[in-house]
Amino acid sequence: MSLTTEPLVPSDPVTEAQHIESEKPVQEARKKRWWRASVGRPGWVTYALLAAALLGFLFPFYWSFLIGSKDAYAIRDPHMSWIPGSNFFSNAAAVVNDPAVNFWKALWNSIYSSALIAASVVLFSTLAGWAFAKLRFGGSKVLLVFVIGTMAVPTQLGVVPLYILFSDLGWTGSVGAIIVPALTSAFGVFWMTQYIQQTVPDELVEAARMDGANSIRTFWTVGMPAARPAAAMLGLFTFVTAWNNFFWPFIVLDRQDPTLPVALSLLQSNYFVDYSIVLAGVLLATIPLLLLFAVAGRQLVTGIMAGAVKG
Amino acid sequence: MTKQKNPGATPSAEEIKRIGFQEKVGKWDVKFSPYLYISPFFIIFAITGLFPLVYTAVVSFMDWDMVRGTGTFIGFEQYAYVLAQPKFWLALRNTFSIFLLSTVPQTILAVVLAAILNQNIRAKTFWRMGVLVPYVMAPVAVALIFSNMFGDKYGLVNNLLSNIGIEAIAWHASPFWSHVAIASMVTFRWTGYNTLILLAAMQAIPEDLYEAATVDGAGKVRQFFSITIPSLKPTLIFVIITSTIGGLQIFDEPRMYDQFGQGGPDSQWLTISVYLYNTGWGEWDFGLAAALAWILFIIILVIGVINLVVTRTVVADTGGPKKPSRKQRKAASKASSKAAVTQMSKEHEGALQ
Repeated sequence: MSLTTEPLVPSDPVTEAQHIESEKPVQEARKKRWWRASVGRPGWVTYALLAAALLGFLFPFYWSFLIGSKDAYAIRDPHMSWIPGSNFFSNAAAVVNDPAVNFWKALWNSIYSSALIAASVVLFSTLAGWAFAKLRFGGSKVLLVFVIGTMAVPTQLGVVPLYILFSDLGWTGSVGAIIVPALTSAFGVFWMTQYIQQTVPDELVEAARMDGANSIRTFWTVGMPAARPAAAMLGLFTFVTAWNNFFWPFIVLDRQDPTLPVALSLLQSNYFVDYSIVLAGVLLATIPLLLLFAVAGRQLVTGIMAGAVKG
Repeated sequence: MTKQKNPGATPSAEEIKRIGFQEKVGKWDVKFSPYLYISPFFIIFAITGLFPLVYTAVVSFMDWDMVRGTGTFIGFEQYAYVLAQPKFWLALRNTFSIFLLSTVPQTILAVVLAAILNQNIRAKTFWRMGVLVPYVMAPVAVALIFSNMFGDKYGLVNNLLSNIGIEAIAWHASPFWSHVAIASMVTFRWTGYNTLILLAAMQAIPEDLYEAATVDGAGKVRQFFSITIPSLKPTLIFVIITSTIGGLQIFDEPRMYDQFGQGGPDSQWLTISVYLYNTGWGEWDFGLAAALAWILFIIILVIGVINLVVTRTVVADTGGPKKPSRKQRKAASKASSKAAVTQMSKEHEGALQ
């Protein structure tokens, strides 16, 4: 290291703080001091920053409620009030009752397709994860690598033949066409393999075998219960992803029999002149997931943090 | 599993026969069940993943006839045709522009937010949940809200700008500003998610690294750049790679940015995926759409590899400790590290400027 060639920056925090205070505005020094406060609770600046970020994240929700609670003309008024109007329910009713949007059908389709996909992904991923993590069989390593490799394949690559295939089968337009391709997930298999590997001791599997349990029984009595926390998170994620999915449903679904995102896209093309109805519909379509988040948001947070690649 | 349970009792002929059969079943069970368990994934993937993958390649070499459901082989002509389209290059430019405008700020923001959340704050779960709220909103919904806020004429953003005396921005008419608006939707939805991933990685950094640095007199900012960032390297690579794969496929947001969904009257915000959709399900040219799909896949692979290489060198060369063990760190701490930390942080400051 070329330490000697250049003058050193003073590294003592106290001297540096004084040094700065004498030269630069007091604010700067304060900022430095705040960063330096290394122990205990952080000061109000941290909370102010977090609150600002949170406001930014929540603002679009409020905006859609604000516009959704007014009328078509409010948006054109530059001095529009920041207090919500009284039209939210009539706008929501307009969305729900529009025959072109099929709101209730879309809601039901979204609920049952997402739930079915989540349940299926959880079951098959746990089974496969159990096999990869705890059972010995030829080619398991290669097959697992293959599973992980499939994650790099984008959806777009398959849509053309999938559409041809499904229209040959007469499935285009039916919700089944969005469920079948999503029944399993490479990410799910990988996730469950990781979790089961780390949490289920081999002795437990051996013990179950010694007791004469066959392999499916071992899975049900040992594997499933142990994998439950990870399975719950996987189910949650799969549900949210399926619920929000748009590209493939938009291609393959019938406009009369949509999921919520597809219905929202119809709402936009029908009501682009009246954003109060569009945004009321947006909020209406988001409420189910907000409710889910209120109940299971904590698990989502834990799930994301548990699945992270750690340094 | 096939172990005899009552070694004391003499088994009858009947019992021996049964045990023999069970033993056989047990062997099959052990041997073949694993394949049975993993088969659902492979069956579904074969039908909805592998077959389409190969078939897309086949169709991409064909002039596909929608009515007859077959095509005539035209080879690389299709690809040559795609590459000769000015619209393709526009879409490519837009895709990259939106991708960069969303990935870079989003990653930086996520690192900063994660660093703030990584302090000893009150109501941890509340804040963590707070940053994740946008994740539950469908991209389509986000796009509808943002396209309203970024309205050229009556939009909120332009209203606010005019209040502080800035001229209205053409959020839809201008290619660049439309990319900024679309990138802001992606940033809105994914920053919190990436924040939590980075936060988890930050919490895994051993505390004594910071203790040693504090003893050496390194400030928080210095610690952040010489310990936190280098330790985050694998996670950053992960975040950037996933943002790349997602970002280059972007469809929902540009599709919903106006009511026509064609990527703008002058293709200002037409992306590869929107182009693919318009080609396949607007013009019903499946051969061309398939060729576009393969081109997109190849682009994603190439950019993914470039990403990996660039992220590796950029983050590794910041001079921070790569994977310091406690021993190394402690040994270095007293004698020479005061100077070393100073030197490291100088290198960072240099690199940042």
